[in-house]
Amino acid sequence: MQPVLSVRNLSVEYAAARGKVKAVNNVSFDLFPAETLAIIGESGCGKTTLALALVRLLSRSARIVSGEVTFSGANGVMPFDILTLNQRQLRAYRWRNCAMVFQSALNALNPVLKVKAQVQDTARAHGERDEKKIEARALQLFKAVRLDPDRVYNAYPHELSGGMRQRVLLALGLLLDPQIVILDEPTTALDVLTQRTIIEVLKRIKQEMGFALVFISHDLSMAAELADRIVTMYAGQIVEIGPVNDVFYRPKHPYTTGLMRAVPGLHGDKADLISIPGSPPDLIAPPPGCKFAPRCPYATAICTQQEPPLEARAPNHASACHHWDQIPILRATERNGSDA
Amino acid sequence: MPSETPIFELRGVHRSFKSGRQVIKVLQDVNLALQPREILCLVGESGCGKTTTGKIIAGMLPASSGEVLFEGRAVAGLKGEDFNAYRKAVQIVHQDPYASLNPTHNLYRTLSFPLFRHKLVKNNAEARARVLELLELVDLTPATDFIEKYPHQLSGGQRQRVAVARALTVNPRLIVADEPVSMVDVSIRVSLLNTLTRLQRQLGLTFVFITHDLAVARYFAWEGRIAVMYLGRVVEIGPAPEVTSNPQHPYTRALISSLPEPDPELTRSKQRLELRSQDIPSLLRIPSGCAFHPRCPFHVPGKCDVERPQLAPTPGASWAACHVTEAAAVRG
Amino acid sequence: MSTLQPTVPTPAALPKLRPVAWLRPLLKHPSGAFGFFGVMFFILLSFVGPLVIPPTKANPSNQYLAPSPTNILGTDNQGKDIFTQIVYGGAPVITVALIAGLIKTAVAITLGALAAYLGGVVDRVINGVANFILTIPYLVAVTVLASFIRLNSPVLLAFLIAAFAWPVLMRTVRAQVLSLREREYIEAARALNLGTFHIIFREILPNMASYIAISMILAMTNAIYAQIALITLGLVPFSDQNWGIMIFKARTLGAINTARTAMYILAPVLAIALFQWSLVTLARSIEDVFNPRLRTGA
Repeated sequence: MQPVLSVRNLSVEYAAARGKVKAVNNVSFDLFPAETLAIIGESGCGKTTLALALVRLLSRSARIVSGEVTFSGANGVMPFDILTLNQRQLRAYRWRNCAMVFQSALNALNPVLKVKAQVQDTARAHGERDEKKIEARALQLFKAVRLDPDRVYNAYPHELSGGMRQRVLLALGLLLDPQIVILDEPTTALDVLTQRTIIEVLKRIKQEMGFALVFISHDLSMAAELADRIVTMYAGQIVEIGPVNDVFYRPKHPYTTGLMRAVPGLHGDKADLISIPGSPPDLIAPPPGCKFAPRCPYATAICTQQEPPLEARAPNHASACHHWDQIPILRATERNGSDA
Repeated sequence: MPSETPIFELRGVHRSFKSGRQVIKVLQDVNLALQPREILCLVGESGCGKTTTGKIIAGMLPASSGEVLFEGRAVAGLKGEDFNAYRKAVQIVHQDPYASLNPTHNLYRTLSFPLFRHKLVKNNAEARARVLELLELVDLTPATDFIEKYPHQLSGGQRQRVAVARALTVNPRLIVADEPVSMVDVSIRVSLLNTLTRLQRQLGLTFVFITHDLAVARYFAWEGRIAVMYLGRVVEIGPAPEVTSNPQHPYTRALISSLPEPDPELTRSKQRLELRSQDIPSLLRIPSGCAFHPRCPFHVPGKCDVERPQLAPTPGASWAACHVTEAAAVRG
Repeated sequence: MSTLQPTVPTPAALPKLRPVAWLRPLLKHPSGAFGFFGVMFFILLSFVGPLVIPPTKANPSNQYLAPSPTNILGTDNQGKDIFTQIVYGGAPVITVALIAGLIKTAVAITLGALAAYLGGVVDRVINGVANFILTIPYLVAVTVLASFIRLNSPVLLAFLIAAFAWPVLMRTVRAQVLSLREREYIEAARALNLGTFHIIFREILPNMASYIAISMILAMTNAIYAQIALITLGLVPFSDQNWGIMIFKARTLGAINTARTAMYILAPVLAIALFQWSLVTLARSIEDVFNPRLRTGA
């Protein structure tokens, strides 16, 4: 199957007072049609920078140093490299082919404009002028995200709760039927029950509309709920990528394992949890070799000398680690049927 | 069940405030008794009143009515030395590590101000020694590396540790921690929680731990209790492992079943408790009877919307404010 | 909400270091350097100058000479050297400005902080007094006062200027303190019972250090204009040398009317304008000085 988005060797640098911050370092991956890809990592790992680079919304102090982002989703159109588009082409690409909903998007709606004005503005900005058509589509989408269509369409943002606003933004993202939707921390500021609604809504509309979803989160549980494949990022690089069950039950990178062991769940004994010692490396002058080595329980001499390449260790499952085979397997095969 | 006088008690505490002409009832009839050296987690979604409860316990807000007792004595009536003792005995740790420390003071000044103010040290040498001691207590080692640093030179997790050290300067007996780990990286959360647990044991502290994250609450309060709050009331309270694995109140059951878990098969096959409505009632129009009844799948018309349930025993190990569980307990 | 990024804006702090350390960020920008050296130039000129340059004497035969090596800026109607008068004329103006600026800033900061932090009655009283002063027409009141009191002492003049100027600054300080009061570290300070005085002066105000410094400098610029206004209205009895009095005299003599005599009025005007410009530029670049991030090189 041909990927709808193909990222190769993407690197992004920020200019800071002390030097250049290598926020994204030689990242390559594919995004397939209708799949959900979760990008997991903690603060500073580069996941948000990566997402912004995919829609070219980086701040002015950031520079895309190298790489290609090839989009092949549109029917009958030749694949093109997003990084080479000019402003006009970019505006057509954004929202029609690829939409992004930002972190802390609860404040992304203009408080003095009604929702309908913002819907129409968005559509018009990306080349769609038929107001009636847009209104119909918006109402349809609001219904799909379980909002009362007429009430919300005519409301001001402050009349809606946080969860409702998040759903409005989701609907806005889907307005022009994009092939790719990127969500940055979609449920971080939301309560448990609201979060659940968003998750169910996402699952359903994704099934109905068939777009590819990239969502970025530090929350492993969200990834476990929604993802088909998981990408783990650390210090600007991809350290592991694979199908969700493989990554969770048969991880091949110590950072992924470390994350899973550090997250409390609602089951199991208390004694199981261990935090990852140390802190992320300085991205201006990173240490040689594997960037996770200083914090890694499996690290040996080779880890500080040679940077491990991202290579396939199992079908469709790649990791960047010299000692990937030492990582214990949590579950060899999936259980079938419901759990006891 | 309690063996000593509770170190802190809330009896029938209400808290409301006026916004224009409207009265917003943030807390209604909250009853909590904290035993010394206990860990109590207050859990709930936004607007449930857990932060307000924490502030009342810490003395930052007065109760509108009801009794607030510290070591058996009413806080409102404390004056002079007694009030100072109370203030020192109950300290807070805030949520946002980037706002909890004064950016213009280095760690030595931040930690030595209270020491000097309360005459816990006599001179700079003693203060310095004590500050180093406190930094080590919260696992900021080597302490000499940290003592001259400014907050902006520290990570979020480190700042939280400083905030804890600051709370410890006055030798408190009770610490109210409001979401102390939710703005800290996932991989460091456990380490911070372990530090807090160690301090609790070492110093015999009582903890009121406020969080919206049930999994964190379960971990931290493993040997303590969890109180679940909804719209200003405590709806369930019991030992942490019980509340999370065998929740009784329908709201708690909805929370537990809705929480995604870091295990794909488990979380995708989990049975969710469907609620009758997604809308959270506004605090201006709290539903009659049981505040949860418009959303509750076990709602008994004529009972749940009329009579407000009190905390009562349930078939499980926790107590819940629910007519259905109360009836089940009586039967079974 | 952006969970893992800083939420506070750039803080400010009182510099406690050797002068060199806080000069560096100031001098990094060309505007900062200009402001700093400009102010230094005029201060040296006005306070060290009179110790070095002898006073000038009247000499009717040298009336309105053009600028020359002996008289850099020419002479006035009495044949006195204009440059020397500029050297001697700065000190009174700058002194009054400095004292007025200090008084205004100190009063406004203290009252504004107390009003915001304590609230209630204190807030109402302070606001009431401030509002009352703001309703008084400044120049009318001063004119009336001048008929009772001789405004010949710089301190008295400074007090008068500051007395009418503090309410506006007090309001903005109050607004800032109101917002800082809600910060978590202030709540922690209250929980630790650190005391009102400590909280206001050692927790809240250090976070406004750059704002206070800038306000102080701008208060000086306002004080200079206020002085000139009083002098121009003839409310200040003539002392010997003073930039403002030079302007007053030159104006009444009609010095602006001819090119030959124009330097008499232009020189003090330019002196004041350049000094003000240096002050304002300095004020704008002073924020970097108070930023602990730059000082500690993080």
